[in-house]
Amino acid sequence: MSNELSPGFADSVADAQSCFRSVLNAMARPGHLHAIGGVSAPHPLCDAAAAILLTLADHETPLWLDPMAAEASVWITFHTGAPRTPAAQAMFVMALSLPDLTGLSIGTDEMPETSATVILQVASLTTGQRYVLEGPGLREPRVVAIDGLPPDFVAIWQQNHVLYPLGVDLILCAGNQLTALPRSVSIKDA
Amino acid sequence: MNDSVRTTHPDPARRRWMAVLARAKADRIAALLAGCGALPPHTIIRGPEGGLVMVRGRAGGGGSAFNLGEMTVTRCTVRTTTGFVGHAYVAGREERRAELAAFVDALMQDQTCAADIECRVIAPLERQQMERKADRASNAAATRVQFFAMQTMRT
Repeated sequence: MSNELSPGFADSVADAQSCFRSVLNAMARPGHLHAIGGVSAPHPLCDAAAAILLTLADHETPLWLDPMAAEASVWITFHTGAPRTPAAQAMFVMALSLPDLTGLSIGTDEMPETSATVILQVASLTTGQRYVLEGPGLREPRVVAIDGLPPDFVAIWQQNHVLYPLGVDLILCAGNQLTALPRSVSIKDA
Repeated sequence: MNDSVRTTHPDPARRRWMAVLARAKADRIAALLAGCGALPPHTIIRGPEGGLVMVRGRAGGGGSAFNLGEMTVTRCTVRTTTGFVGHAYVAGREERRAELAAFVDALMQDQTCAADIECRVIAPLERQQMERKADRASNAAATRVQFFAMQTMRT
């Protein structure tokens, strides 16, 4: 397995800072797309997902990988040092298909920031099913197209959205692009 | 991690050569490698990068562990074109030293050249380190003071 190890960020400090800024902006402006560079991801991850893991995960952030993402576990553990944990205790979740959001940590009233952040790799962020986003960070409703979410995603998200200020945040990745769906955003089918 | 846990290394042979490499000087490794003929080129997977490691101490046999202080450590991971991954953690900030040590660790896992590297690089380094250690020990032993009176009183 170790023969498959590949490098992380080309420039670890600058690339991680720029990726962090992209994630921050994505969370502040739900549905806006950001491009990420500086890393060539291991199979089966996309570049954006790998970059987010390198940027956010470390030895203090318990990580859960869904069975498909676990193929890259050697690379992820080597570069981030993040301990693997059951989904319910995870601070970050790396998934290639939408996991059961009700099984993840939603934080507590005192510390809502301790909820899980799901990094979900999808097929595309420019084509596919269209959704309308509304909420903080969006002056007007924004239409996004996402290919790779389950058909009942709007209902699943509503269950998460009503928990606000608790609930999980979602970062979507495809190729080298990412966008975020923070718990504060409400989603309708377009 | 619990510091009272002492795990056994799954590969004692590798532990030995990694320890030898971690103590060796960069110029010395490079000079010995130069005598090994054609070696596969390597690419860097991580580093070489410096960092701090907390050194933990324990006073007496039964005292609890405390943080003695931090030391600088440089680590590096490389992969040879033949597919072997080598790691190194060395004390100090010398990046070239960490890279060379990681490279030799990778070569030592390659059965086609391990024996050659062992006798041309690892063995000479180990011999030199043992000699230096014995030398220091004998210098220190020459200045040793025996407190016979106290030993007698204690028994």
